[in-house]
Amino acid sequence: MSTEGLDTFPRLLVDRAKKFGDRPAIREKDYGIWQTWTWRQVEEQVRMLACGLAASGFKRGDKLGIIGDNRPRLYWGMAAAQALGGVPVPAYQDAVAEEMHYVLEHAEVSFVLAEDQEQVDKVLEVQDRCPQLKHVIFDDARGMRNYDHSHLHDFDDIQKIGREFDARNPGFYEDQVQQGKGSDVAIILYTSGTTGRPKGVVLTHDNVLITARNGVELEGLNEFDEILAYLPMAWVGDHLFSYAQSYVAGFCVSCPESGATVMQDMREIGPTYVFAPPRIFENLLTTVMIRMEDAAKIKQKLFHYFMGVARRVGSSMLDGKSVPFKDKFLYNLGRLSVYGPLKDTMGLSRTRLAYTAGEAIGPDIFQFYRSLGINVKQLYGQTEAAVFVTIQPNGEVFPDTVGKPAPEVDIKITDNGELVYRGPGVFKEYFKNPEATAETKTEDGWVHTGDAGFFDDHGHIKIIDRAKDVGKLNDGTMFAPKYIENKLKFFPHIKEAVAFGHGRDYCTALINIDLEAVGNWAERDNIPYSSYQELAARPETYQLIQESVEQVNRDLAQDPKLANSQIRRFLILHKELDADDGELTRTRKVRRGHIADKYGVLIDALYSDKTSCFIETVVTFEDGRTGKIAGDLEIRDLSDMNLKKAS
Amino acid sequence: MNQEHTGNDVLLEVHNISLSFGGVTAIEDVSFDIRTGEIRAIIGPNGAGKSSMLNVINGFYHPQQGSITYKGETRPQMKPHHAASHGIARTFQNIALFKGMSTLDNIMTGRNTVMTKNIIWQALYFGPALKEEREHREFVEHIIDFLEIQAIRKTPVGRLPYGMQKRVELGRALAAEPDLLLLDEPMAGMNVEEKEDMCRFVLDVNEEFGTTIALIEHDMGVVMDISDRVVVLDYGKKIADGTPDEVRANQDVVDAYLGVSHG
Repeated sequence: MSTEGLDTFPRLLVDRAKKFGDRPAIREKDYGIWQTWTWRQVEEQVRMLACGLAASGFKRGDKLGIIGDNRPRLYWGMAAAQALGGVPVPAYQDAVAEEMHYVLEHAEVSFVLAEDQEQVDKVLEVQDRCPQLKHVIFDDARGMRNYDHSHLHDFDDIQKIGREFDARNPGFYEDQVQQGKGSDVAIILYTSGTTGRPKGVVLTHDNVLITARNGVELEGLNEFDEILAYLPMAWVGDHLFSYAQSYVAGFCVSCPESGATVMQDMREIGPTYVFAPPRIFENLLTTVMIRMEDAAKIKQKLFHYFMGVARRVGSSMLDGKSVPFKDKFLYNLGRLSVYGPLKDTMGLSRTRLAYTAGEAIGPDIFQFYRSLGINVKQLYGQTEAAVFVTIQPNGEVFPDTVGKPAPEVDIKITDNGELVYRGPGVFKEYFKNPEATAETKTEDGWVHTGDAGFFDDHGHIKIIDRAKDVGKLNDGTMFAPKYIENKLKFFPHIKEAVAFGHGRDYCTALINIDLEAVGNWAERDNIPYSSYQELAARPETYQLIQESVEQVNRDLAQDPKLANSQIRRFLILHKELDADDGELTRTRKVRRGHIADKYGVLIDALYSDKTSCFIETVVTFEDGRTGKIAGDLEIRDLSDMNLKKAS
Repeated sequence: MNQEHTGNDVLLEVHNISLSFGGVTAIEDVSFDIRTGEIRAIIGPNGAGKSSMLNVINGFYHPQQGSITYKGETRPQMKPHHAASHGIARTFQNIALFKGMSTLDNIMTGRNTVMTKNIIWQALYFGPALKEEREHREFVEHIIDFLEIQAIRKTPVGRLPYGMQKRVELGRALAAEPDLLLLDEPMAGMNVEEKEDMCRFVLDVNEEFGTTIALIEHDMGVVMDISDRVVVLDYGKKIADGTPDEVRANQDVVDAYLGVSHG
């Protein structure tokens, strides 16, 4: 990619408009039809918006809050703010008003670009407490006719003002773009954080663009690739894959019609480049398996036979290794009859590169996709690194590692087992938080990840857990909660699990069932239930989950270091862990400390002789109101698998 | 609520309507009006004659006495096809959709009254009929976007949850581009979140398209929040008529809802 000298997003955009002028840059499905904007049109849109912002008083260094689902206009908002030397600050669109207030106030946001009434309402609710906030611009005017419009503006109106401003001040936009430097701040991304207040990670144009370019070059991405932008705009992954890499490589980004249509839109677009967290790959596989169970017998037979072939040779063929002629023949037959249609159903038939990260992915799930010929790779990344820390190189993909250091990234393991790295993507600082910056980033640019990991024999990195979460049982056995939880979560019936054991005599777990998978199983076995809570408390469900837990214990028993951290007692929670209740982060990571506090009664019961425990929990609905659920939860005891193995 | 665009011109007025089935009197001498652009609620206990009143308005029932003035024209009774072709659309208390058809097709059927090409062209699906179909599809897509039901565009409505079916039914009523929209218990059987969504849609329809809405609803919170004026029926008689605040303060209404001792 010849993008040398194009060291800021606005400069890059000017170049893309010249080079790829009539190629599609971004698409959005609106009124049932995909609407496309070319690179030239995008530049025009960004220019009008930037001029409109400038005419409304947006100055260099000002912050533009961006709130909403992935929409072309919100992406243009990012570029427009950057063109003026301002800083876009995307916020998670499903955050409640309070969470939004923190980001808007802390980042000193003066302009907000919001998608619709829902988001505008949240901003208006907290605007009294955000003294810096001057103007709110919205994309979709619906429902806001009777609002006070003195500080509220329609996107179209701002662009109209921009057009006039541009005509009056020719050369203004070019001049603004010229003033930008690669070392300027490009974006502030707030990390959801498993503990404490979110931190604003400040990334420069150099951080984002060099990292994006390295990724593009490593994987050979080009202007003919296609990606679907469906993950939150406030998340660094979306920013890098759907914004930065699209600008660098010139590929087209498609925005889904709505959150609920992502899977259909994926099928229609057929992206060549996909990012999905493990849970999406899991859900997709679960859906396929559930539908397969309802298929005709002959189809099921065909499916299982060819999936067997794929399991045997699919991954090797993807890695370019030689396989016997007979298997190759069978695999090609399977491609025609099973794999092709299956990939088409999942919207992955044109996918040549898929990344997954954020959590460990189940080895079975990982192999399933790879055996179909989809090049799914794991990477390890952080907001602080502008994503890439490690990537699995082609042909060297193992389910239990996260690969080798990304281009230009150095990695060290400290004496206490923590992974630290340094590279071009390393963030400038945490916004207005020098103490946290000093804690995380050393003088010479090494960043502490807080993750415990090590290099394996192939030079690949293995991540075990958060370094601070790795603890010890009272008998000295290492206790890595995430490692155990991930093993549990690899079972389709278990959605979330939280393991406890540090400073205790034995290990216990709280478990969340997966309503879809368990519900389907219950339906087939004629087990009646009316609610999540009731299904979770059924003895049959307990039996089902117990079998999975025992399997995990059997696995743990194989490893002498971890044999004693088998789960001795567990219970199934009566409600789903939810980000609205503060139990998960917005990126769906378990907030261990909060859960330990909230469910203290249950944990005490797990470490007593009780066989059941009463709990009452307050739940928060999406609109911020609260309700209560209460119930008696059964606690199951499990025997030691070492004994069974011996017998 | 939306006083500023609630004109004072009357869209529909019913005068001294009485309706009985055999010896059972459903409605007795009821008069009220619906003004252009307002949200008008009809409330009352079970069996008060609310649904009958809607059926009279859209011509499904024919009252024995009284008259109806709609858009300045007075008739002793409405006819359903007349009501439909003159801009009255409705939804039903028990959902009346085509269960085997998709959301999109169900809403398309709502365009029936505004389609102009004859059955031959439509059957051939060629030439002018194709162009017309395209225009109507575009209109329907705006409704789908408005009601946020893109994800179920192609799903047969029989497979949808109840709350969603209600939304599709509203979509079909909107497809007729009505001047007067009659909603028969639009929130019945919904959970809190579904009700909130539905309230928002009703308000948005009223605000964005200026559609006049008459609705029957049992949830008092909803009625008092979203309506401009409320008429209260009890045992087929009108017992109150006014703004939500006036109605709430009316002793007859309180008695009808809470019961009164006949000591």
